[in-house]
Amino acid sequence: MIRDQEFLKDIASYCIENSKKLGATDVGVKVIHSVSENVSFRNKKLDESNRADSFAVNLTTYIEKKKSSINSSDLSKSNLEKLIERCIDATKITPSDENNSLPDKDLMSKEIRDLNLYDETHYPNDKKIEFLKKVEETASTDEKIVNTEAGFTENKNNFILANSNGFLGGYKTSNFSSSCVAVSKINGAMERDYEFGSTRFLEDMMEPEEIGKIAADKAIKKLGPKKIKSERIGVIFDKRISKGILSTLASAISASAIARGTSFLKDQINSEVFPNSINIIDDPKIEKGLGSQNFDSEGVETNSLKLVENGILKNYLIDTYYGKKLNLKSNGRSGGTTNLYFENGTLSFKDLLNSEKKFLYITETIGHGGNIITGDYSVGASGFMVEDGELTYPVSEITIAGNFKEMFKNITLANDLEMKYSTNAPTLLIDQMTVAGK
Amino acid sequence: MSNFFKETDIDTSQAEAIVTETLKNCDDGELYLENHKSESIVLDDNKIKSSTYNSDQGYGFRAVTGEVVAYSHSNDISKESLRKSSDNLKDTLKSKKGTYNHEIPKTNSKYYENINPIESKTFDSKIDLLKSVNNYLRSKGSIVNQVTANFLGEHKSIEIIRSDNQILKDDRPLVRFNVSVVLEKDGKKETGVYGVGGRQSYDDYLKDGSWKDVCDEAFRIANVNLESKPAPAGEMKVVLGPGWPAILIHEAIGHGLEGDFNRKKTSAFHSLMGQQVASEGVTIVDDGTLHQRRGSLTIDDEGTPTENTVLIENGILKNYMQDRLNARLMGTKSTGSGRRESYKHVVLPRMRNTMMLSGKYSQDEMISSVDKGIFAVSFGGGQVDITSGKFVFNCTEAYEINNGKIGSPIKGATLIGDGPSILKEVSLVGNDMKLDPGIGTCGKAGQGVPVGVAQPSILINKMTVGGTKL
Repeated sequence: MIRDQEFLKDIASYCIENSKKLGATDVGVKVIHSVSENVSFRNKKLDESNRADSFAVNLTTYIEKKKSSINSSDLSKSNLEKLIERCIDATKITPSDENNSLPDKDLMSKEIRDLNLYDETHYPNDKKIEFLKKVEETASTDEKIVNTEAGFTENKNNFILANSNGFLGGYKTSNFSSSCVAVSKINGAMERDYEFGSTRFLEDMMEPEEIGKIAADKAIKKLGPKKIKSERIGVIFDKRISKGILSTLASAISASAIARGTSFLKDQINSEVFPNSINIIDDPKIEKGLGSQNFDSEGVETNSLKLVENGILKNYLIDTYYGKKLNLKSNGRSGGTTNLYFENGTLSFKDLLNSEKKFLYITETIGHGGNIITGDYSVGASGFMVEDGELTYPVSEITIAGNFKEMFKNITLANDLEMKYSTNAPTLLIDQMTVAGK
Repeated sequence: MSNFFKETDIDTSQAEAIVTETLKNCDDGELYLENHKSESIVLDDNKIKSSTYNSDQGYGFRAVTGEVVAYSHSNDISKESLRKSSDNLKDTLKSKKGTYNHEIPKTNSKYYENINPIESKTFDSKIDLLKSVNNYLRSKGSIVNQVTANFLGEHKSIEIIRSDNQILKDDRPLVRFNVSVVLEKDGKKETGVYGVGGRQSYDDYLKDGSWKDVCDEAFRIANVNLESKPAPAGEMKVVLGPGWPAILIHEAIGHGLEGDFNRKKTSAFHSLMGQQVASEGVTIVDDGTLHQRRGSLTIDDEGTPTENTVLIENGILKNYMQDRLNARLMGTKSTGSGRRESYKHVVLPRMRNTMMLSGKYSQDEMISSVDKGIFAVSFGGGQVDITSGKFVFNCTEAYEINNGKIGSPIKGATLIGDGPSILKEVSLVGNDMKLDPGIGTCGKAGQGVPVGVAQPSILINKMTVGGTKL
């Protein structure tokens, strides 16, 4: 079972004390224990069962403005002693950097709120198997489905984060996730689609039948895709991929990208980046939230942040190091965003689909074609043509391309936001992108 | 004797006894032990941004019966932990009627030396070299906006204890040296990235100032991109340069020829064995035996010696890449392609060094035959949907071709194609096969493993280029 806080605290304190003894002026340490159990099924038969029990310690030592780190999975004190020595030796000969330091004491998290992130329920493998049988039974009802895979994972984590300024905090978290992949076939050609659910609490998990049905329906709908002609057209992003726009924004407004001058949004703070109807929020304190946290990876208090207000970029995502470079205080975003989302738009999904005669509706993108420096974007895509508000036929083997700066300014949001992931967006339309096909 | 039980409460013979007892009536399985040391030193924005040393050790215990895999891993190498894993495996595989397959080929070949690249170059000299890289690139003028350079070195020792008390061992060095530069001119910024590496010591790649060649190449790519104009959109002819562009092969057909997807019939290639899947001049192999290459392995992560596997010969599909499990279920033998990222991961059939062999045409002949198309020289990464066969890869250096002549550089764009049909569109195969510089990492099911690719220049008749210009 998952080790308690006292066990992890003991190791954290050992690391801090020993590092200081050997000459560290500052120390930061994280000790983690996680236990994970996964069962997967394929075509209604058990395929794989996997149990993982992992420890990790991440230690950073400072000597004045010099810094070095070690990571290890072996928590024995004899091993840690050797590694701490190695870390201190490396710190001594690493060139100093005036921005290296622990976070300001007054920014540290003072109290740990129970955000309801831990469900101690253990879901035994037999139960997982029952769940997966139902997933696959539903997924394989239609004869066009020729292959199904389903998995259930249960994760329990406990951690302690501590530093030599006296900060020490940690808490348990849990995660349950289940997925189904369905492969459909017609005339020798196959398509694949999926559905998955991820929750902090077991009781909030989607019904197995729902997961199986959605995966199968989606895979069947994709059968017999056409390649369309190259054209400029409005592109609607399904909710599964619209959140990617927010991930791009998060990379582009990270303090590191801004300080290094490698973001297409450099110097855009307080400027209009999105249409004025758009608000983007990052809120770490949502109960049961998949991205929720009390403090960031340096122990700095995190609070809700309006990143974009009425279309205007209001905040960067700032950690201690790059904050110093930018002369800004950390806002608790070392490690990135927490629960990031667009506030809902005003149009219903149906009205959005009807707002023009013809759209391309994208359900999946492949490839990593986003360039944060220039904002250029080009990825492979598949989805459906929308004509007069209806999805008419599946489309594949095409690309969509544009530049994020322009794409951001041409976004229209639907009002169907759901908090299903840690980053969430409603269905959205980007007016006019270049589609390359035939 | 195993090296992993020295400071533990369990010895080799006790561990062997647990393995044998746990794998009774199983078809296959093993105790995989791993000690992994790695080091990363990063220079960025004129400073040493980070220096990190990682030390990881643990085991993965696997029992296989029929199609079912039970796996348990931990970083606690102790009697209690192994017992617990053993119970977990036995509990999962309640009814098993297998016969353990003891057969595993032996080898005396070694494709790399047992050196520890982290220790064979001093920390100081690595820091000094990173600073030299920074100074060298920044001396090229104020156009240089940002320089990032890093060392990534590792040493991995593995042991595989099988049910018959056989212990198979391998020690694997791996290094990578990477440079990335951002240039700025007239308000426009572009990046160039280049790197080298493989299973040798750093100095084998960086001696005699050859690190400057790495810097020069990154600088050259960024410089070309500063002059780039919007890429075209639509279907056209594509000439691929030799070497790294072979990630086309990796994505378009490599993944689709991995044993698991074909056993499960989820690969677009599963019914094409023995059939023509490529133009006649196309031969593709996956070779784990090239000396000191990034994708090479003396033995794979199940203990099988690697080999040079012919995948496609003169256009005909000949073999899939197999690990032991998929080979057994498909009635064939392992090709030494069973790999895992670490002890935390189950074995999957994976690529090693995937190569298209040389044909007879020159690159000039290809380019001069194209009226309108693009010439793609360097790529970022790629991805494939193995079921539909659709794959993409992203150009990072490309040019337009007009009337048989190379024209202006074009902006980065994604190219998309269909795996099972793309190789039939290869009309000319070049005589200039080249290996990549040793930088590739392949991702599958959340596991990253080092791989290599190689190819000559090729002409593809028709591919969709995902630019913005109609």
